[in-house]
Amino acid sequence: MSPKRILAVLLSVLASAALAGAALAADLAGLVANLTTGGFGEREAAITAMAASGEQRAAPILDALAAGQLYVRKSDNLVLIGKPDGNQLSLTEAISGKAAGSGTEADLDRVRVNNRLRGVIEAAVGSLTLMSPNAKVRRDAAEALFKRRDASSLAALDAALAVEKDPRIKRAMSEARAASVLASDAPTAQKLDAIALVRERADRDSLGVLEATANSATDPEVKAAATAGASAVRQTLAAWEAAQNVWYGISLGSVLLLAAIGLAITFGTMGVINMAHGEMVMLGAYTTFVVQEIIRTSAPHLFDASLLIALPLAFVVAGGIGILIERGIIRFLYGRPLDTLLATWGLSLVLQQAVRSIFGSSNREVGAPSWMSGAFQLGQINVTYGRLWIVVFSLIVFATLILVLRKTPLGLYMRAVTQNRPMASAMGIRTPRVDALTFGLGSGIAGLAGVALSQIDNVSPNLGQGYIIDSFMVVVFGGVGNLFGTLIGALTLGVVNKFLEPYAGAVLGKILVLVFIILFIQRRPRGLFALKGRSVE
Amino acid sequence: MKFGSMMRTGLVAAGLLAGAAGSAFAQGAPIKVGILHSLSGTMAISETTLKDVMLMLIEEQNKKGGVLGRKLEAVVVDPASNWPLFAEKARELLQKDKVAAVFGCWTSVSRKSVLPVFEELNGILFYPVQYEGEESSRNVFYTGAAPNQQAIPAVDYLMANEKVQRWVLAGTDYVYPRTTNKILEAYLKLKGVKQEDILINYTPFGHSDWQSIVANIKKFGSAGKKTAVVSTINGDANVPFYKELGNQGIKAKDIPVVAFSVGEEELAGIDTKPLIGHLAAWNYFQSVKNPTNEAFIKTWQTFTKNPKRVTNDPMEAHVIGFNMWIEAVKKAGTTDADAVIDAMIGIAVPNLTGGLSAMMPNHHITKPVLIGEIQGNGQFDVVSSTALVLGDEWSDYLPDSKDLISDWRKPMSCGNFNVVTGKCGGKGK
Amino acid sequence: MITRFLWQGMDRNLRLFVLLVLAVGIALPVLNQIMPPGSPFHVPAWLLQLIGKYLSFALLALAVDLVWGFCGILSLGHGAFFALGGYCMGMYLMRQIGSRGVYGNPLLPDFMVFLNYKELPWFWYGFDNFGFAMLMAILVPSLLAFALGWFAFRSRVTGVYLSIITQAMTFALMLAFFRNDMGLGGNNGMTDFKEILGFSVQADSTRAVLCFASAFMLALGLVVSAAIVGSRFGKALTAVRDAESRMRFLGYRVEGYKLFVFVFSAAMAGIAGALYVPQVGIINPSEFSPANSIEAVLWVAVGGRGTLIGPVIGAFIVNFGKTWLTGALPEVWLFALGALFIVVTLLLPKGVVGLWGQLKARSQAKKARAPT
Repeated sequence: MSPKRILAVLLSVLASAALAGAALAADLAGLVANLTTGGFGEREAAITAMAASGEQRAAPILDALAAGQLYVRKSDNLVLIGKPDGNQLSLTEAISGKAAGSGTEADLDRVRVNNRLRGVIEAAVGSLTLMSPNAKVRRDAAEALFKRRDASSLAALDAALAVEKDPRIKRAMSEARAASVLASDAPTAQKLDAIALVRERADRDSLGVLEATANSATDPEVKAAATAGASAVRQTLAAWEAAQNVWYGISLGSVLLLAAIGLAITFGTMGVINMAHGEMVMLGAYTTFVVQEIIRTSAPHLFDASLLIALPLAFVVAGGIGILIERGIIRFLYGRPLDTLLATWGLSLVLQQAVRSIFGSSNREVGAPSWMSGAFQLGQINVTYGRLWIVVFSLIVFATLILVLRKTPLGLYMRAVTQNRPMASAMGIRTPRVDALTFGLGSGIAGLAGVALSQIDNVSPNLGQGYIIDSFMVVVFGGVGNLFGTLIGALTLGVVNKFLEPYAGAVLGKILVLVFIILFIQRRPRGLFALKGRSVE
Repeated sequence: MKFGSMMRTGLVAAGLLAGAAGSAFAQGAPIKVGILHSLSGTMAISETTLKDVMLMLIEEQNKKGGVLGRKLEAVVVDPASNWPLFAEKARELLQKDKVAAVFGCWTSVSRKSVLPVFEELNGILFYPVQYEGEESSRNVFYTGAAPNQQAIPAVDYLMANEKVQRWVLAGTDYVYPRTTNKILEAYLKLKGVKQEDILINYTPFGHSDWQSIVANIKKFGSAGKKTAVVSTINGDANVPFYKELGNQGIKAKDIPVVAFSVGEEELAGIDTKPLIGHLAAWNYFQSVKNPTNEAFIKTWQTFTKNPKRVTNDPMEAHVIGFNMWIEAVKKAGTTDADAVIDAMIGIAVPNLTGGLSAMMPNHHITKPVLIGEIQGNGQFDVVSSTALVLGDEWSDYLPDSKDLISDWRKPMSCGNFNVVTGKCGGKGK
Repeated sequence: MITRFLWQGMDRNLRLFVLLVLAVGIALPVLNQIMPPGSPFHVPAWLLQLIGKYLSFALLALAVDLVWGFCGILSLGHGAFFALGGYCMGMYLMRQIGSRGVYGNPLLPDFMVFLNYKELPWFWYGFDNFGFAMLMAILVPSLLAFALGWFAFRSRVTGVYLSIITQAMTFALMLAFFRNDMGLGGNNGMTDFKEILGFSVQADSTRAVLCFASAFMLALGLVVSAAIVGSRFGKALTAVRDAESRMRFLGYRVEGYKLFVFVFSAAMAGIAGALYVPQVGIINPSEFSPANSIEAVLWVAVGGRGTLIGPVIGAFIVNFGKTWLTGALPEVWLFALGALFIVVTLLLPKGVVGLWGQLKARSQAKKARAPT
């Protein structure tokens, strides 16, 4: 071939490519236009067509659509992607990607999606991004297609598998392919291979695929294999379930521990029946709310650190109020423990109403920082980061407290005063000061608990009420005056509760735990780890 | 002796209190309207807003000159989420304060507690919350949704649009979820759903540890059929439930949750980004765009001096109820209970979703049913809406109530008329 | 003979007080019945109901005081005994509705009909009989108290531990009664009562009788309590309160004393509950909530523990305050209530009744100081 001819061929190829490109762009514009008009049905067809086009530029448009960020400008009907930027939206043209200034929701019509479309979009984006240069995107795409199990994505998966290098992604893709095969009308042999592949995955999603195949397959061989596969997977999962329950129990136990540990000091070592303990927890939670509110308005980039900032503040707020309470009320009541119950009950009413008057009675939003959202899989145990951090946090608080009590002079004074007040006083310890600090410490720790609990519970004036009884149970069960008793007590009650729950249901489980505590106290009237010696009298 | 005199003083004081309030209306004296919502205790979280909305409505009406040439005056009491106290306060409002109508209650048990008082003293109660039905009293106007105005359209939507085949009915263990789930179970079976594809789960009030239950839902959902959760979980328990859903990664497109007790107010306490796409069925959403609603939202936000304050469905119910009452008082020309009760039936006022809601002879109202999906900003996107639906107080799907109807027009004037036996079931003259 | 004995067991103040309770219990219902509604002496029905409610609360407070003020057992679970008594009465009243329920079922209460019960659960049998129901209102709380006390006192569970397990008991019962599967109405409890002993519960005359009955039972409770407290047995009780170990070493069977007074007090609380329910028209599991039991303790503390008059006065003061403030200051009444509890605990350890003594002692001290 002469160079001239080569040039001509090349040119014509280029031209046709350019033409094809132009046609595609026109297509995409048409499809995008379809996306924004008509009902959900038309939108679904347009999405499927965009996926089939293989056009890479379609992916960000679809992503924006799923995220509710695709708009049509009212003035010129231009399709735009709008990312929130303060109170405004910064706009880009959807098809060309050119910046298009900014606008507000009022000038724009949002293209609406529903759940069904979100599923379709995820699969469409999945098949469009299987070839993405980013490994995580490819992996997510394969996972999405696995869950979607749609025969129409087979072609895309085959193409992607042919070029994929990363063995883990390759595995994910072939699993997705297997799931798609099971949804197609492929021959029996292929389906059996697919079942074997899916079965090896042995998680909840693969169980779903197998069950669906077992339900819908017409071929008896496939049906039998799928049923056998499903029951094998179910058995594996059942074994993991026990482990999962232990984890849930520990996690519940850590919440109980956090709630109770402050009480273990104010009630356990000082003997104050502190009914306002729950309100100290609530104050900690509200401190977190205030901190987040300030961060949201003045320093949004610090949001992930909001809990870390809130921790010392919550300790100071709750601890400070605790010291005020001790100086103002409790100190007149030493030696009358049952009277502290009455006064602190009144106090808890006042604190609740105060918070209600200041913050209103509805729930307040406390957001989760990114490092506390989401979950990861440990084998087949689903561990959420939020819960994990709460477990870790409660253990840290516990360990720190033990250290403070055992290794610092303050801890020594505290133990001395609570064990033998006159003697401690005679030795020159300023007992009133130590009392105030001890109560402040207990309340401060309750405040810390509030920061953690704001992540899993309502932040409302009633927050404390939900924990006060459980906290008393934990302290009494563990043995008043013994911190290790509180730790063991909290974890035991948590795990027992979680093992009872699947059989007895949540309510009956809780009742059984309470009955168990009542009976246990009869056997050991001073709890799990009773203090020995004269100090108990 | 000292103690005796002390006690007598107390009694005398109580007597005086009663006497002072007992004075009869003078012409032009304000018309009293009772507001019976908990401002403290567990229900304050939901009910305080309704008290505020009523104060706003009364203020707005007074700006327009009140009604019948008389101003309205709100009488606010705090029943403190305590059910016997609800009855006591209702009696106080009716007998001592002589209010013309009462707007109040949230929970079914509070309504049940005050019901005998309203019937005995012939008062008028407007009840603004969705409830389980199975009741129709001459003295109560139910402006919230009956199960057929919420639950059944929601299930229909999921069946048709998301092809759901497997159902988790999760609720708090009290009468509303129990009844709603019973109705739904019967309805689903009628639609060919098998028993093994329905999971019913009840949790106590204020349940806060949802780990096991959410895991269980996940397990139930991995049977290869599209699964959805129908949630009648109440009040405070929702926040931890949704937080757990978000954390355990249950996405709306995998297992959608449709809730009947979660509205804008509840979502204000949660970060909704992980929850996008979960659903709720109500008769009103703040996001509905029309001039009436926009005006209402604006008034509300000005009244509460909070430009971010949300509105919700029970608030709309009070708006409708209040406007209906005003119209009925105008029509009757008096605030006398019997006249107003008779005048109420047939009154139609604009609702906030752009239509007219009418009070029907069974003391329930017509409303459209809207299905909304949660958005990242704590609002709902309406994905489906129906025409006006009439609240059905006696469910057609429960064996014992399917033959009952209620019609408070004369001559029937009966709350539980049995169409088979042709007799009025019990009370109600 | 017995009356004379009981009468002599009381001091002058208490006698007058019992007479006062009876006088109120007779005068108010009579004024309600014979005075025409327009008259300034007419007692409206709602006031009658309110007083009736306070009277039953006062009986509960007396029960709490008997174990706490005289025997040193701080029970945080008396609300449970009260509620159980109330439930027994509630079950009787439910059965009296008969076929007047909304579904017209002659046997089953409404809530059972819509929960698809086909027949009456076994524990509902007999409750259509008033005598049986009242017996149960006394027996059920007594038996529960006996079971709990038997184990707890023998194991020498004392002080705070005992308080906490009584709290656990009422909390567990609350959760249990909230369950619809219990067959006791779940969260909605029982309401919409029609008749008691054939008389409409909504009739003023029935209310008058109930108010009188509450006053009578309170007076009776005061008289019997006075007899117990004043007897040798009562002296031993007070001794147990003040020095339990010493009594034990002296050879007294401490647990027997405690058990008796605990069971007696539970029975009294049960009666109070049974009187309370027809007057307020509803019984619901939230009566079991630990907060209610704590409140009952607070009434005693406000009035004055360790006296018989104190709890009655305390119950009246706190509940009257609640009635008044929830209407007059609906937004901030909890501040007032909370502050009352704090102030009473700090400044009036002996309660309002003790205040009189405190003032007297102070004035005497002043007088004694004056001449010198």
